[in-house]
Amino acid sequence: MELICPAGTPAAFREAVDAGADAVYCGFRDETNARNFPGLNFSREELAEAITYAKKRGVQTFVALNTFMRAGNEDIWYRGAADAVKAGADALILADFGLMAHVAEHHPQQRIHVSVQASASNADAVNFLVDAFGAKRVVLPRTLTISDIARLARQIRCEIEIFVFGGLCVMAEGRCSLSSYATGKSPNMNGVCSPASHVRYRQDGQELVSELGDYTINRFPEGEAAGYPTLCKGRFEIADDKSYAFEDPVSLDVMDQIDALREAGVSALKIEGRQRGKAYVAEVVSTLHRALAASAEERGRLLSRLRLLSEGQRTTVGAYEKRWR
Amino acid sequence: MAKTAKATLALGPVLYLWQGEKWRDFYFRIADEAPVSHVYLGETVCSKRFHFTEPHLAEVIERLENAGKQVILSTLSLVTLERESRHLRGLIADSPYPVEANDLSALGMLHGTPHVVGPMVNVYNAATARLLASRGASAICLPPELPVTSVERIVGETPDVDFEVFAFGRLPLAISARCAHARAKGNIKDNCQFVCGDDPDGLPVRTLDRQSFLALNGVQTVSHTCQSLLGELQDLAAAGISRFRLSPQDCDMVAVAHIHDDVLAGRREAEDGLAHLGQIYPDVPFSNGFHHGQEGAAWIARARNTAHGVNA
Repeated sequence: MELICPAGTPAAFREAVDAGADAVYCGFRDETNARNFPGLNFSREELAEAITYAKKRGVQTFVALNTFMRAGNEDIWYRGAADAVKAGADALILADFGLMAHVAEHHPQQRIHVSVQASASNADAVNFLVDAFGAKRVVLPRTLTISDIARLARQIRCEIEIFVFGGLCVMAEGRCSLSSYATGKSPNMNGVCSPASHVRYRQDGQELVSELGDYTINRFPEGEAAGYPTLCKGRFEIADDKSYAFEDPVSLDVMDQIDALREAGVSALKIEGRQRGKAYVAEVVSTLHRALAASAEERGRLLSRLRLLSEGQRTTVGAYEKRWR
Repeated sequence: MAKTAKATLALGPVLYLWQGEKWRDFYFRIADEAPVSHVYLGETVCSKRFHFTEPHLAEVIERLENAGKQVILSTLSLVTLERESRHLRGLIADSPYPVEANDLSALGMLHGTPHVVGPMVNVYNAATARLLASRGASAICLPPELPVTSVERIVGETPDVDFEVFAFGRLPLAISARCAHARAKGNIKDNCQFVCGDDPDGLPVRTLDRQSFLALNGVQTVSHTCQSLLGELQDLAAAGISRFRLSPQDCDMVAVAHIHDDVLAGRREAEDGLAHLGQIYPDVPFSNGFHHGQEGAAWIARARNTAHGVNA
């Protein structure tokens, strides 16, 4: 199985390549990709240099153009696709049908990967994208169990890539407007979720309050570590019960299931985290790279060390395990 | 020509779990009394709920058709299980009525057959709308998140497709493999006991500062606010919108339809209509922020009248 690694900066890109990535994914410094954060992503020149660096070492580059084109400004996305093709991208990761059709027509040789944001959650959906646009790989939404994936793998005519480590979307990706409901900015339209521009922390007596837009997302008593107010990981009140209504502040880790995923027919394992620093990327990529080749016993040791990196942060296997539902 | 016809009202599918008889009686009354041209039927949120309404589907369709309503069958918006795919395939193969596709698999199966594209499919630009039209889409209900600038652009650049917008109702904001509704009541999805049936208008989610925020509807999360485009109906109709979707809430939807019909026909001022709407569906603030390119929860009052500019 290939290891697909995130890079939010040219430095993180080189670290990922050197640490053993089979492919690195990244995006341009604008709204065309779903990690449109300040200070992140690549200029045209940086992308070309990164691709050259990767190619020399036998590593592929996937360019994410996985937001939905704003009506009237489609050219921004079309130019992004043309420039990524010209720079030598091995695949474009796309979510918008209009953009997929454009790439299939104007860059017929270019490999199309279906972004998780496209929400292809079953065999008929995937085969629709294969038939309509010639998609070669699908990144599956984090809504399926491993046995669902195994069944899917037998029914579809393209490769499967899944998220195995890092941030976890609780909601079906590409179909969530929670962020824009509170802030006006969404993953689909702006490439951001719960954007920092709308985050505020304030002290209220003994508690630290985190807010997104006009809404309180969490309150942390003294001594409790305060997390970032990602909307679906907030603490809310339902009836009289205060709890994490959608999901605890956990991150995804299914590396324990590598053998089951391989058997299920998964081609590529994806690490989330283009917003992460180069040290994190280097550590995660090198460890997971070694874990993939290691014996089951050795793998356990490697992974437990990696978990220290997310100090105190709990992990979940998410929807890959049925009970999570 | 689609664009010159007079705009009409459509009733979206009931998003919540209503007991079978309540669901049936709701549609009987819609058939008899509501000024809507199109009625969408079907469970779009959770396949575990199919059996509540299926026994009543035939008589509801008959009543609606006899009343001259165009019936459209809506598909599930998140399809992950084999039995869900089978159900969808059967529905599309057997349906004598147009089908509204709410996920990519339905779009694939409907290729070449005239169909409707539902608001859960991501149509953010005319390139996508035209592509779907070339595959057989004759009508598209645009995603609620779209700002009016995009709506106008898409409608203007996509001839021969009827466009619908989400004009009334709590906004469907997200859907998950996990059931937050069941979990809130101590169950999990696989053993949910259909607890979402206890909340026919959604289960309120408040912030820790007791701000009303969202509502749970099984695996779906909807807004606390009720989107209302009552003040924008006429402008949108002038821009070429063919239909306005009224999404059923647990209130007098016949009266809701009459208010929209009156405002659309120019028999009633939007401000007056909104005040009445607030009586029919009380305690839930209106929002129209998405339409204006702002946060979806916001209420943007029309410049000449700020009387309704209240929002939580």
